[in-house]
Amino acid sequence: MNMQRRTFLTGAALVLLPVPLRAEELSPAVNAALARILNGRSPEERGIRIDAPEMAENGAQVAVTIHVDSPMSAEDHVTAIHLIATMNPAPELGSFRLTPHLPRAEVFTRIRIAQDQEFLVLAEHSDGRVFQAGARVAVALGGCVT
Amino acid sequence: MSTPRLRLPQSAREGEVIEIRTLLTHPMFTAVSAEGPRDMLARFEARMNGAPIFGFDFGNGSAANPTFTFFATIAAPGEFDFIWTHEDGRSFTATRSVAVT
Repeated sequence: MNMQRRTFLTGAALVLLPVPLRAEELSPAVNAALARILNGRSPEERGIRIDAPEMAENGAQVAVTIHVDSPMSAEDHVTAIHLIATMNPAPELGSFRLTPHLPRAEVFTRIRIAQDQEFLVLAEHSDGRVFQAGARVAVALGGCVT
Repeated sequence: MSTPRLRLPQSAREGEVIEIRTLLTHPMFTAVSAEGPRDMLARFEARMNGAPIFGFDFGNGSAANPTFTFFATIAAPGEFDFIWTHEDGRSFTATRSVAVT
């Protein structure tokens, strides 16, 4: 990551920015998780809104809401939303499983964030497309005490 | 596993979208960076009249006392089952009904 981009991100800390991914900046564990989820597909950088604090007080309990653009119909719905913390010792936070019984692809949970890092969300759709988004999350107190 | 906290309405209009909140008190102890036996849930699932509608497969970064919020459309009177399954195979189920008014 070059200094210009770092400066830009710092200056825009009040807004959650979609962060473009570069494989060489990611750990082997993160790249392995992405490869398993994508299974040869190319993700589209769109269609996901992440509501997460840009600075979390307590990394052990970071509240995140994910919203994915989808009609959630039988023919066209989100099947899974995967959460990845790129700098956690175990980056795969978990995966939501969604069905067309849900009126909208909006979910909330709490996650552990070990240190300041990029948080990635991948949404798999029933037609095979994958949407992807990222957000920068900083923590005042790291969340890996257990 | 302890008693879950569930928040959803007891009744709804036909076709209404309801919000469902769940929380189970659980340490979600990974034993990754602390000593002790691992104590982790593997999966959460919500069913509406027997059909799975929402689930979560837990990874190591799931916070203690796992909580979820999601939405469901009430098309008919609904019996909701909420099932938490531990990595050791034990599971805990809570049930709530939503009437149609």
